[in-house]
Amino acid sequence: MAIAAIPIAFLAVFFLLPIGGMLQRGFFTDGALDLSAFGDTLSSPRILRLIWLTVAQAAVASVLSVLLGVPVAYCLYRLRLPGSGLLRAIVAMPFVLPTVVVGVAFRSLLNEAGPLGFLGLDGTWIAIILGLIFFNISLVARTVGSSWQGLDSRAEESAAALGASPMTVFRTITLPALRPAIVSSASVVFLFCSTAFGVVLTMGGLQYGTIETEIYLQTAHFLDLKTAAVLSVLQLVVVLGLLAFIGRWRRGVAPNPTVRVVRRRPRRSEWPVLTVLVIVLAFLLTPILALVVRSLQRGGQWTLQNYVALADEDSNPALLAPVTQALRASLIIAANATVIAVLLGVLVAFVLSRASATRGGRRATKVFDAVFMLPLGVSSVTVGYGFYITLNNPPLDLRTSSVLIPIAQATVALPLVVRTLTPALQQIDDRLRQAAMMLGAPYYRALMTVDVAVIWRPLLAAAGFAMAVSMGEFGATAFLARSDNPTLPVVIFRLISRPDAESFGMAMAASVVLTVVTVVIMGLVERLRVSTVGTF
Amino acid sequence: MSKQRAAVAGLVVIAGAASLTACGVDSGAGDDDSKTITVMSHDSWGAPDELIEQFEEESGYTVKVQTAGDAGEVANKLILTADSPTADVIYGIDNTYGMRVVNANVIEPYVASTATDEAKELALPGAEDQLTAIDYGDVCLNVDDAWFAEHDIDPPTSLDDLIDPKYKDLFVTPAASTSSPGLAFLLATIAQYGEDGWQDYWTKLMDNGAKLTSGWSDAYSVDFSGGEGKGARPIVLSYASSPPFTIPEGESEPTTSAVLNTCFRQIEYAGVIAGTDNAEGAEAFIDFLADTPFQESIPDTMFMYPASGAALPELWAEHAPLATDPLSVDPKEIEANRDTWLKEWADVTAG
Repeated sequence: MAIAAIPIAFLAVFFLLPIGGMLQRGFFTDGALDLSAFGDTLSSPRILRLIWLTVAQAAVASVLSVLLGVPVAYCLYRLRLPGSGLLRAIVAMPFVLPTVVVGVAFRSLLNEAGPLGFLGLDGTWIAIILGLIFFNISLVARTVGSSWQGLDSRAEESAAALGASPMTVFRTITLPALRPAIVSSASVVFLFCSTAFGVVLTMGGLQYGTIETEIYLQTAHFLDLKTAAVLSVLQLVVVLGLLAFIGRWRRGVAPNPTVRVVRRRPRRSEWPVLTVLVIVLAFLLTPILALVVRSLQRGGQWTLQNYVALADEDSNPALLAPVTQALRASLIIAANATVIAVLLGVLVAFVLSRASATRGGRRATKVFDAVFMLPLGVSSVTVGYGFYITLNNPPLDLRTSSVLIPIAQATVALPLVVRTLTPALQQIDDRLRQAAMMLGAPYYRALMTVDVAVIWRPLLAAAGFAMAVSMGEFGATAFLARSDNPTLPVVIFRLISRPDAESFGMAMAASVVLTVVTVVIMGLVERLRVSTVGTF
Repeated sequence: MSKQRAAVAGLVVIAGAASLTACGVDSGAGDDDSKTITVMSHDSWGAPDELIEQFEEESGYTVKVQTAGDAGEVANKLILTADSPTADVIYGIDNTYGMRVVNANVIEPYVASTATDEAKELALPGAEDQLTAIDYGDVCLNVDDAWFAEHDIDPPTSLDDLIDPKYKDLFVTPAASTSSPGLAFLLATIAQYGEDGWQDYWTKLMDNGAKLTSGWSDAYSVDFSGGEGKGARPIVLSYASSPPFTIPEGESEPTTSAVLNTCFRQIEYAGVIAGTDNAEGAEAFIDFLADTPFQESIPDTMFMYPASGAALPELWAEHAPLATDPLSVDPKEIEANRDTWLKEWADVTAG
């Protein structure tokens, strides 16, 4: 299908080409293939330890995210709780916050002199796991929640009517139905955790690392592209394996948007799940609270000065423009990233929803689908540096172009858009379009009246989610050449790297502003009530 | 695939492209004409707007700045893009990574016509005609004087003190493998204890409860008790220029001070990138960096000392003295051993 060619071309140029370039530099010396680095790298005890650490960290974090995320999903998607829209936005928030900010917030709580310093967690393995859970719990909650919401409750009700205890109902009926969603979200969490970079680096000091942090060190500091290439390939193999695994389970995941569940008030016997919800909310809000408190202080005094300074042109010699301008730049760049992600996402979702009608189509779909998930699990360091060495000839010399930043962010947001739109498009009966065309409507008209009517809501929700993700995106942006018009996360990073109280306070205030903006966007997305947004 | 579908897809893409340009993302590509100077620098780049504007007005060039990580990352990106550089001029290569770029032949020989004798004395040995020294700073231990007064302990005065049990669990430093000041500190210990002695020192340092963070900002603003985070540790690795920033509002004395015989001197250079299509502009920009107006702005915007010997702000003159005899390691030696040292360092500190 020719429509598929456009997103594939996009991915080839902005993703596969840079990776290929880096691998080529790593594996070819003077034009000859040299794979000796494989043996050297894979026999190093340090690397073997890192591989083990990567897998162990990701596994523990995924299991814990599921254990905490499933009760949260139940509370937010099956129960009628006051302010559940806001609660869902709060749970979604970490997913869109930049790691720099979260790292500092966590560490100011956990360090020896911090309010939670007595726990002795700073720089430990547990701190890394906490950071990883913080970022990924929302993914489990959304994916499992939306599947749960679409679950036909009649089977559960009959079982209960026949005398099964709530636990038995859950174990024998609900859990099997949710299993695809749980496995799928757990695997995606595993994917994210095993390629985590910023969190691991800030939270773990240097005792711990992942393959990804090692790729960063080898590339950015040692310029050892051979070792980096071996590790990238290793990561790629793991990611592909995981994607194949997820693909098998995904079939059952697509929530059924036609089932309308009535959410009911919680029963008294449900206090255990509600307790988990409260604990999770407290866990997610504590670092944010720490940020707010620190943003309101300067030199130990309570003040609003940090916020006032954000709009002041001459507030900080380190900044070339007031922080409000960076916020504007972030919004513009995120808007552009959203446009790109939504346009490509529509095309991909269109292809995915049509092709799945035939058996061969389904197989092609699975491959196509996995290809667009790849950017989520592959080393952003490799891609970032790959840009430098591959996109270096006109007309594609984009390395210093500011267009590259929205493009990089769009690549990250694309899978989320696809995941949101595809189920909506799939439920449209093609006969409706055929009927419209039979009645004389041209093809575009049939699309307008049939498809657009169904997907405008998911489309808007996906756009909002993509926007929120781009607002906080730091990883890909950080590896690109930054122009003199930096985004908010980049400015926060700059301010944090200054010794004076003023810069630090401004960084905290700017982080709070960023958090508020993303929560507002997510709140608006929630109002659209599209269950598939942000799920895997 | 029908023609209609293709048409729809085409329209969608065109609309997208149009909206991109409409939404104000200015394209940086195609700026490689001879009227634009593209400057590659590290993340700490900062310069007063008026100065840049004045330079643009007088020279007729437009200046574009791209930042690319810390000193080490900048050096590596420069080498990675040797075939087709993204910028015309580089600022921020330091004496710990200088020989790496010089050996990789990515720098065109040029020295600023405005360079003072003082700046020339700071030249990178072996590359005197390729790089111009722009600024420098001393990476040293900083101590929280208030904390030590309160606990009635004398603050440490040397690297040796750090392994004294008296100072157990009081020191925090960014890691040598992930941060430039961290690497400078490792080099300070190598200068002090020699190629054979530094590993032993680091073992004792770690045994004495030294804490490592991934970056300078974490160490200074989270763990250091004299920083904004009011952390638990009163000794931090920072710069000789950090103390003036700890003067409380309405007072005149800083609450911290630098330990001047623990300093490693970091010198930052600018150079013309080999293969640039605007060598003339690059040279003009380096002249501008080495000239007095820009030199005088360096302390306020980049927290470094002007290489030219230009006048310092009053606070600096008073509260940020430099080391009289900084520790140093020959840049050629650094280049030959950096990776080995870093790997050994990682082993020693992993404990």
